[in-house]
Amino acid sequence: MIENDLAINLARVQFAFTVSFHFLFPAFTIGIASYLAVLEGLWLKTDKGVYANLYRYWLKIFAVVFAMGVVSGIVMSYQFGTNWSVFSDKAGPIIGPLMAYEVLTAFFLEAGFLGVMLFGINKVGRKLHFVATLAVAIGTFISAFWILSVNSWMQTPVGYAINDVGQFVPAAGWWDIVWNPSFPYRLVHTVLAAYLTTAFAVGAVGAWHLLKDRTNPGARKMFSMAMWMAALIAPAQIFMGDLHGLNTLEHQPAKVMAMEGHYESHPDGAPLILFGIPNSKEKRVDYAIEIPKASSLILKHDLNAPLAGLDTIPDQDEPPVGIVFWSFRIMVGLGFAMLGIGLWSLFARSRKKLYDWPWLHRAAIAMGPSGFIAVLAGWVTTEVGRQPFTIYGLLRTSESAAPLDAPAVAISLLAFVVVYFIVFGAGIVYIFKLAAKTPEAHEPTPDDAPIRSAGITPAAAVLEGDHEEGAAS
Amino acid sequence: MNGIDLTVIWAGIIAFAVVVYVIMDGFDLGIGILFPNFKVGQDRDTAMNSIAPVWDGNETWLVLGGGGLLAAFPLAYAIILPALYAPLIAMLLGLVLRGVAFEFRWRDPAHRARWDFAFTAGSVIATFAQGVTLGALLQGITVEGRAYAGGWWEWLTPFSLLTGFALLAGYALLGCCWLIWKTEGPLQRQCYSYAGRLGILLLLAIAAVSIATPFLETEYYTRWLAYPGVIATAQIPLATLIISILFFRSLSKRQEAAPFFYALGLFGLSLVGLAVSMWPDVIPGRVTIWEAAAPYESQIFMLIGAGIMVPVILAYTAWAYWVFRGKVGSDGYH
Repeated sequence: MIENDLAINLARVQFAFTVSFHFLFPAFTIGIASYLAVLEGLWLKTDKGVYANLYRYWLKIFAVVFAMGVVSGIVMSYQFGTNWSVFSDKAGPIIGPLMAYEVLTAFFLEAGFLGVMLFGINKVGRKLHFVATLAVAIGTFISAFWILSVNSWMQTPVGYAINDVGQFVPAAGWWDIVWNPSFPYRLVHTVLAAYLTTAFAVGAVGAWHLLKDRTNPGARKMFSMAMWMAALIAPAQIFMGDLHGLNTLEHQPAKVMAMEGHYESHPDGAPLILFGIPNSKEKRVDYAIEIPKASSLILKHDLNAPLAGLDTIPDQDEPPVGIVFWSFRIMVGLGFAMLGIGLWSLFARSRKKLYDWPWLHRAAIAMGPSGFIAVLAGWVTTEVGRQPFTIYGLLRTSESAAPLDAPAVAISLLAFVVVYFIVFGAGIVYIFKLAAKTPEAHEPTPDDAPIRSAGITPAAAVLEGDHEEGAAS
Repeated sequence: MNGIDLTVIWAGIIAFAVVVYVIMDGFDLGIGILFPNFKVGQDRDTAMNSIAPVWDGNETWLVLGGGGLLAAFPLAYAIILPALYAPLIAMLLGLVLRGVAFEFRWRDPAHRARWDFAFTAGSVIATFAQGVTLGALLQGITVEGRAYAGGWWEWLTPFSLLTGFALLAGYALLGCCWLIWKTEGPLQRQCYSYAGRLGILLLLAIAAVSIATPFLETEYYTRWLAYPGVIATAQIPLATLIISILFFRSLSKRQEAAPFFYALGLFGLSLVGLAVSMWPDVIPGRVTIWEAAAPYESQIFMLIGAGIMVPVILAYTAWAYWVFRGKVGSDGYH
């Protein structure tokens, strides 16, 4: 039994590790793919070179991120079976078809048009190439749609029956299962998070180059576009996060109790614990800094509304409070910092100082990774917060694992850690190298890379006109 | 009774996904296997260019195979994946290594040799692991109740190693023939010189696997060799013989596209052979497709999607291949 517990815990670490790594890439590609589609669309419409240059600039980075997203995603599609086979057997009849739809409607679309997007512009022409870019961008959305439907169903399962061999099988219509109660909130919250992640990454790159040369047209354009996104999306995201929180309170109250650090019930108005150290042994938050009744105000929109605490939940169903409490605060804190940058940029814009305010640029650089950290923190909040269940309230994590020997999981975990750090470490270095290059009016072709294989250079050839193409090949 | 029909249809769809995967990812994995033999510089770049626009789409069929298995036959997915834990994890890590190499080798010329090595190592590991997986499935899996009940080394036998090597030879041949088709000059000549030897190696491997298979289980023996079924099953080795002759003839005539399609024909026949051995079990001797099947509601819901989407996917995939038709040079397509 101890042996078995070890195998399950190793499997949990392995899943958390592989999915955390993976999630960073689609969080970025959803945003960049849309950004590229906008850039190419603007280029088609206005014929302004700056858009074409930015397209080429970000396409290189997109290609690196996308490659890492694809390979880490293939790992995920098999992890359900290798490490969580009992879960797969039981939940397969419901989550399997949703994931199959993701493959059929999203993965193939992205992969099929990616080749044309990266290598095909002088094969198919500008308009058809724009169609390919759009197809890839739409594919990233469709993918988010299905995988979040799957995840949401595990969090708020509906429309199922349990058959005689213990499988969850569809009982209501598929519409109900796909549009399960938490799905719309989770989908919008996640897609907005992907947009913010990209906005702050793009904004940081723009700001970096503005600090070096505030007249660079590419840097100005990308910084301006990114700051518009930050100013518009950050408040929308905070509003959406609030709605998502209310939905979670309705369907997964224990998760919200852990997020808020409410060990005890508050019959007449719960305080908002800003900071503190959750102490699950003593069932209290040590060194808490509280705002009286604010939690009731936020969650129930009423100062004196009663809120139940973890004392109403059986011990064996209690999520790990410390992790959820802190990851939630990191996410929310970063969200408000994003809002701050967005408002600052609006102010700077109104003073016509958007490109001439080095402190704004430095702050934007500091916030460059904020989206990634917030996305991971949010993911941890929602996934750890639903523990100890894989299917909320119905199937325990400890009853979901594959019948594996601990050494097998330990060795594979080690292999994943080693390979991921080498591969994705190198990838991140390449992204930084690409982002450190000044966006130039004539995005160069890497000297020794063949023109259509370096990922981006075909666009360079066509966009610069025929003389360049002749020179390059 | 509707459910039974759907189960057969779904077995067909999963089999189709696996066949398309082997056809499509086989040649690009094969290029990875052969990669160290190509001259650094122009030849390697050309070989890489010939698959760079399509490899990602090719690999997606593997995801459909795995995802489809989970959706249509969750019990089989839940038993097979833990049983083949080590080779499958190795395959995934191999695919990670080779997948990023496509992009990284251009990004980092100073370390290109390392990413070329990662491309080859990843391709070899992934291919060998897939071959081992097929062999291990064919030789049988220990099942108790609804779960795998063997240890984590059960897959490792001389037979599964043999199928691993067989697939290495097979994918290498496909990659070789693909390059004959898509390239010209010294690289093409080099591939012509490899193709014959790889063809012989593959035929020896097919023969060895075919001879060993009927002795794995009495069930296989009767299926393949009992009268009168043997009249039907004997057509498979006969067809293999005919296609082999056509394959070597096309090589000696220096045909360019034909060897690739004959090589695919050899693969197709091997997969038919696999189906003869297994049908209608999904885990040979243990679980039939009907025992593993998802409920009717799941199958019909997915069938609507697959019925609409698979033709659409095939259409735009064909278009993408059409865009990149013709010979590839080291500086791209002409």
